[in-house]
Amino acid sequence: MAKEKEEKVEEAEKKPEKGAKEKKEEIHHQGYVYKDVDSIVFGVASPQMIKKMATAKIVTPELYDKEGYPVDGGLMDIRLGVIDPGLRCKTCGSKLKECIGHFGYIELARPIIHISFVSVILDLLRSTCKECGRILIPKDKIERYKRKLDEVQEEAGLEGRRKAIKDIIAKLKTVNKCPYCRAKQQKITIEKPTTFLENDKRISPIEVRTRLEKVTDDDMELFGLKTGHVRPEWMVLTMLPIPPVTMRPSITLETGDRSEDDLTHKLGDIVRINQRLFENINAGAPEIIIEDLWDLLQYHVTTFFDNAVAQLPPARHRSGQPLKTITERIKSKEGRIRHNLTGKRTNFSSRTVISPDPMLDLDEVGLPMVVAMKLTVPESVNPWNIEYLKKFVERGPTKYPGANYIVRPDGKKKKITEETKEALIEEVEVGYAVERHLMDGDIAIFNRQPSLHRMSMMCHRIRVLPYKTFRLNPAVCHPYNADFDGDEMNIHIPQTEEARAEAETLMQVQTQLISPRYGLSVIGCIQDAVSGSYLLTKGFETSREEAIDLLCSIGMTNFTKLPNKNKISGKEIFSMVLPNNFNFKGKSKASDENGKREVIVEDGVLVSGVIDKNSIGEESGLMLRSLHKKYGERKTLEVLGKMFKLGIKVLLKLGFTTAISDTDLPEKAIMMIKDVLNKTEDEVNDLIRMYHHGKLEIFPGRTMRETLELKILELLNKARNETGKIVQEYGSKKTYTIIMADSGARGNPLNLAQMAAVVGQQALRGKRIEKGYKSRTLSCFKKGDLSSEARGFIKNGFKSGLSPQEFFFGAMTGRDSLMDTALRTPKSGYLYRRLANAMQDLKVEYDDTVREASGKIIQFEYGEDSIDVSKSENGRINVQRIIDSV
Amino acid sequence: MGIYQEYKEKLPLSLFEEVKEKTKGMPASKAKKVLARVYKAYLNAKVEAGESVGLVAAESLGEPGTQMTLNTFHFAGVAEMNVTVGLPRIIEILDGRKEIKTPMMEIYLKNPYSKGKDIKRLALSIKETTLKDVITEVSANIAEKKIEVKFNKENMKEIGITSSHVISACGKAFKGISIKKTDDGMLIKIKGGEDKINEVYKIKERIKEVYIKGVKGIKQILPVKRGDEFIIITAGSNLNEVLGLKEVDETRTVSNDIYEIANVLGVEAARQAVINEVNKIIEAQGLNVDMRHIMLIADTMCFSGNIKGITRYGVVSEKASVLARASFETPIRHIINASLVGEVDKLSSIVENVMLNQPVPVGTGLPGLVVKVRK
Repeated sequence: MAKEKEEKVEEAEKKPEKGAKEKKEEIHHQGYVYKDVDSIVFGVASPQMIKKMATAKIVTPELYDKEGYPVDGGLMDIRLGVIDPGLRCKTCGSKLKECIGHFGYIELARPIIHISFVSVILDLLRSTCKECGRILIPKDKIERYKRKLDEVQEEAGLEGRRKAIKDIIAKLKTVNKCPYCRAKQQKITIEKPTTFLENDKRISPIEVRTRLEKVTDDDMELFGLKTGHVRPEWMVLTMLPIPPVTMRPSITLETGDRSEDDLTHKLGDIVRINQRLFENINAGAPEIIIEDLWDLLQYHVTTFFDNAVAQLPPARHRSGQPLKTITERIKSKEGRIRHNLTGKRTNFSSRTVISPDPMLDLDEVGLPMVVAMKLTVPESVNPWNIEYLKKFVERGPTKYPGANYIVRPDGKKKKITEETKEALIEEVEVGYAVERHLMDGDIAIFNRQPSLHRMSMMCHRIRVLPYKTFRLNPAVCHPYNADFDGDEMNIHIPQTEEARAEAETLMQVQTQLISPRYGLSVIGCIQDAVSGSYLLTKGFETSREEAIDLLCSIGMTNFTKLPNKNKISGKEIFSMVLPNNFNFKGKSKASDENGKREVIVEDGVLVSGVIDKNSIGEESGLMLRSLHKKYGERKTLEVLGKMFKLGIKVLLKLGFTTAISDTDLPEKAIMMIKDVLNKTEDEVNDLIRMYHHGKLEIFPGRTMRETLELKILELLNKARNETGKIVQEYGSKKTYTIIMADSGARGNPLNLAQMAAVVGQQALRGKRIEKGYKSRTLSCFKKGDLSSEARGFIKNGFKSGLSPQEFFFGAMTGRDSLMDTALRTPKSGYLYRRLANAMQDLKVEYDDTVREASGKIIQFEYGEDSIDVSKSENGRINVQRIIDSV
Repeated sequence: MGIYQEYKEKLPLSLFEEVKEKTKGMPASKAKKVLARVYKAYLNAKVEAGESVGLVAAESLGEPGTQMTLNTFHFAGVAEMNVTVGLPRIIEILDGRKEIKTPMMEIYLKNPYSKGKDIKRLALSIKETTLKDVITEVSANIAEKKIEVKFNKENMKEIGITSSHVISACGKAFKGISIKKTDDGMLIKIKGGEDKINEVYKIKERIKEVYIKGVKGIKQILPVKRGDEFIIITAGSNLNEVLGLKEVDETRTVSNDIYEIANVLGVEAARQAVINEVNKIIEAQGLNVDMRHIMLIADTMCFSGNIKGITRYGVVSEKASVLARASFETPIRHIINASLVGEVDKLSSIVENVMLNQPVPVGTGLPGLVVKVRK
């Protein structure tokens, strides 16, 4: 493993030398030796190093001979690894996929500047003597600078040192006489990307290299170059390492033609030009031809490293699309680091559409049969289960519950088919593992993207069900932020005992009930379950038989708690799901049949009050939080599941629907609303008149116009609120729409008012609508019309219908909010990525401090009191309840 | 109060004070029981070692970030000013920007003034006054190289300055001019020959911006009544000078410019400012995020002694691990720089270990299990 990492760094950097110290422990397993990587050292590779680690010298740009066999000394040389099935690597003797590949090298005919080090080379040239190579700082000052740099590093770290070095180098620019050999220094400039000039005369890379060779190790330290890891002259290449073929495999097209990787193309160019350069030099060609070839080689090597250098045209395919060379491979979201190293693909996973099923438990997930027969879980064979597991093998991959593979102790997998079945049943013995189909009760990790918080990935128990969708209890939609308008979700099956144990103890739904964001329940009853509980507990009464029928349907069998009488109230039915010694006091959102808002539970019986969103809803459900505190997560989940089912069954029994007539208002209310609107309109017109006459009293710090807008906005908002009140007062309490709003299941009084009476002022950027035509919003208004209807006030309700102008205003704000969402998502996504990247290493240490990865203390005590939010109640410890309980 | 002494060290201060307050007047035996139970509840609620609190904090702010509005400007009622709110403001704070979009101050006043005494005059004296605020007209006479300025006497009186005041301010601002007082303004004469004609135009424009009075940087003022006292809300911020005014209650006056706070009052004040500002926005959006998360973010920004933004130049650049930095942004730069100094990546944080397919050193990846195998 360590070896592989070395390759990666090599690939990533091209030139750094790397080394890895391994931890002492070596775990022997199945003939392999696994090692932990302890650290990675970065450095620049010397020419000797490049030659030493190479297995082949590449001398010809040809790839294959006539038979299609890789040419010796070519770029696809089989000493560099194999990518064809059947061939064996000449270096390590292993086959395809076993051989990880080996480096080669080419000797460059002339030195080439490494593009990534150009700025460092420039600094070195500018601040060292051209003759003796010493740094342009007098002897006595060197020590002082060095001490200062060490001090800076102590204080501000490597990044700070880098800055300090920059300052020193900047100072040296003006020195024009070497303090050691008195040689006069010339002005050195750079012609980007890779040409260095001295007094407008070119310094050839050979000259650059000889100058860099003269820099002493001691002086090097002042430039921030560490002796032993780097030498300045290594930044001018004389050897170029050739990456292994496994890093740049060719693809065989359907036609049988080979299509080479971008890197191979680039390397081909380099080798070809390099050979030409060699030949020309040996043949004693004129200097101009050599120079031209040299420049061309420089271009190819530069674009090999980075094909997006500002001053160079990018190297292109014949089709015109730019080549993806080393830098482009590493960089950005689709690059090696973020795409392949930090994010990895996984097996044993599945994705499909989700749909609701309130009859499932909250911590269950409904898995389609097809998926259950494709995804497997390995079960190891022991003397006690061997017969049991053999039956799975016997049923094979087509009969549920069967098995798809058996795994031999040496790790070799064997597929079970109709033909091999018989033999495999005989083969299975202790020490084998059987990859059997998923069954009820197995563990799965369920996830919906975007995975914004840890509740986006939770562990569920599997329930194998017919049809083709994943099913989940609607109560767990909220943490996933899922709905059923076509959402898809992913499932992952942990494959080892350790993974399963960890998933079960840390990720199961009940362990995630309390959000670590604010310390309240994220899971609660929603929608129908809330309105059902509300109807049940607000003056509902039924016969004992009906009540028992209801409770049976949610899976209850013990009715000893049910009072022994013929008429059973809804509160008594609801009490059945509560634990026996549960006490709770809270406030409800809606008032109960006596107009009170207190919810009192004594000894597990709901004495008074209605159950609504404030008690059992998500985010707010205080009753749920109390249950969790007192009885723990398992019990809470159980009670919540029952409440949910009960609520739905009640609605099923009573019937629940909505109609347009739900928001009908009596004649009187309609008149009142009209009055309010007319009055407001008059007032607005008054204001406008005052504005035109300049009599408006101005708010401090505002212009007259701004003041007018503010006053109008205030008036219109007041009008909307007033109509809202009228709607609430006169709207029928009995209709289903209002029941939903009252119980908190869906909708709010504002929505009601918008449907029944007035939609209200449409605002763009916090102001009334002003845009559109010149000094008016729509062409049907007069220019300069400031009245309410000309500036986006919608005085109709949704039910009565909007006038064309009003509809346009509504569409404007609708479009605005769509844009807002579209712009916000990437912005907040980036903020989140930065936050997560900056803070991911912070953890609480055993001494209660919060530290980052290198051990620097961020906080002496987490949150100043060491309280874990997910174990608190809204961030606090509920002292009052403790006092009450004493 | 012997029973409390035992728990004073054991409980966090705020919790201890709360219990003390609530158990007041209780029989000692009951109070003791309460204390014991509170202590037990506290121990149960403590964070466990290895808990990845940083990531939880990032999640806690990142997740609601998707629900915030993007509205840059927002009218919060009648008598408030324009402020950057919502997601853009959060981004601004966490970036650690030196220049913020809408700097603001809330100036609290000492007793007689906080009751409304001279509030308008005081507010006007704080506001930065430039020449254009006190004049009605500027006209240039190119032939004679003269600029005539007419004063707005009413405004001047309101702000409390005299003509000579203005004239001396203008005199200091430019070289090579002479100023004469006229009946309703002043007359500026540019010295020098024909070549100075361009100067006339330049000075005519620039003179409008000449600083006369008030606190520099305070662009707008708005006295408002908050509760039963008057405060002054300003657009633009200059903490250093405002805190020096004798009418100002320096203990409560705040700015929303975090960088300025760090410069004037130090990094601890800046940390608190980050917490307050972020909290204010989250609350205004009706979201619920626990203080601890915001505190942790503020601490990561401030623990080095300076304000570091959550950017590749700030907090992330301070990381010890090369690979962790490279995996964030500009990977090539980080790897090249690391190779020059022979940096060693000790693999002590998360991403490197993810890259290497090794257990990460937080949470359950932290402890090593030693199992004794029976031979």
